[in-house]
Amino acid sequence: MPIDYSAEVRAALRHLLPVAIAVAPFGVLYGAVATGRGLSIMEAVGFSVSANAGASQLAALELIGVGSPILAVVLSVFAINFRHVLYSASAGRHLQRFSPLQKAVAFYFLTDPSFGAVEARARDHVVTRTYFFTYALSLYAVWIGTSLAGAVSGDFIDDPKAFGIDVILPVYFLALLMAFRSRSLFYPVALASAFVSTAVYVIFGPPWHVTLGTLGGVLVAVVAPLRGPAE
Amino acid sequence: MSDLWVIILLSGLLTYVTRIGGYLIVARAGKLSPRMEAGLNAVPAAVLTTIVVPSLVDGTWAERLIVLACLVLSLRLPLIGVIAIGAGAAALAHAAGY
Repeated sequence: MPIDYSAEVRAALRHLLPVAIAVAPFGVLYGAVATGRGLSIMEAVGFSVSANAGASQLAALELIGVGSPILAVVLSVFAINFRHVLYSASAGRHLQRFSPLQKAVAFYFLTDPSFGAVEARARDHVVTRTYFFTYALSLYAVWIGTSLAGAVSGDFIDDPKAFGIDVILPVYFLALLMAFRSRSLFYPVALASAFVSTAVYVIFGPPWHVTLGTLGGVLVAVVAPLRGPAE
Repeated sequence: MSDLWVIILLSGLLTYVTRIGGYLIVARAGKLSPRMEAGLNAVPAAVLTTIVVPSLVDGTWAERLIVLACLVLSLRLPLIGVIAIGAGAAALAHAAGY
């Protein structure tokens, strides 16, 4: 069947819209914090271009702010982003239409939202290059553009809490989580993951609660009795 | 090169390593066993759960209730509507001092 490119583009943009609305304030927030911590506008935006990983960028700013050595900052970025190893192991299976080079490029854009979009799309569609790159590049543009806006405008959003922005990402990720509830072992996996992650977070704090919690949930699925196809 | 640019470029490089690493490991391992496959299928649910944990642990009771209410709403309403309701409720709760 031929690919309807404009339908792929429209689907990608439709799926991106709520995410872009959620990500934009964080981009502005990141940019404002970055220049507040003494980064130049070039450095603030350059970090978004290079890492393209908001949570780790904000964490790095915290560490830079308290004068941490380069190695400590870079290692914490690596730790926070370590979850992507699991993302690429899973999402790579859905990129059959991509050439090796296209895959290598695609993985650069494998953020939390684009990983979620690939997995969700793969449930009932072939993930096309048009769909993936429309989604991922648009999101990249939003992240860089809002980082720049925040860096230029300084402390534009004085208090994200006043607008309820602080709950947008958790709500977004929870809603995305529930989209997977028909998968086998969904509830045991989610509960195990929640338990391990909460324990690690309460005892040690971030960032290993993500990777260890994920491994806890995955372990449940690995040791559970096999029962046919996963979907 | 300034320390900041070293941090920026090294962070980008290491982040890319994490983003392609899992794929390379699986590609080397060849065909996956059914258990590995089951484990990978569990990755999205497992990781999305962990990302929400800090907001539930650190949040006020009002924030926790709002986030959990949105979880229920997300079973019925489109995502954008749930986010709007959640952000609106959180803004009201914060304005009221919760």
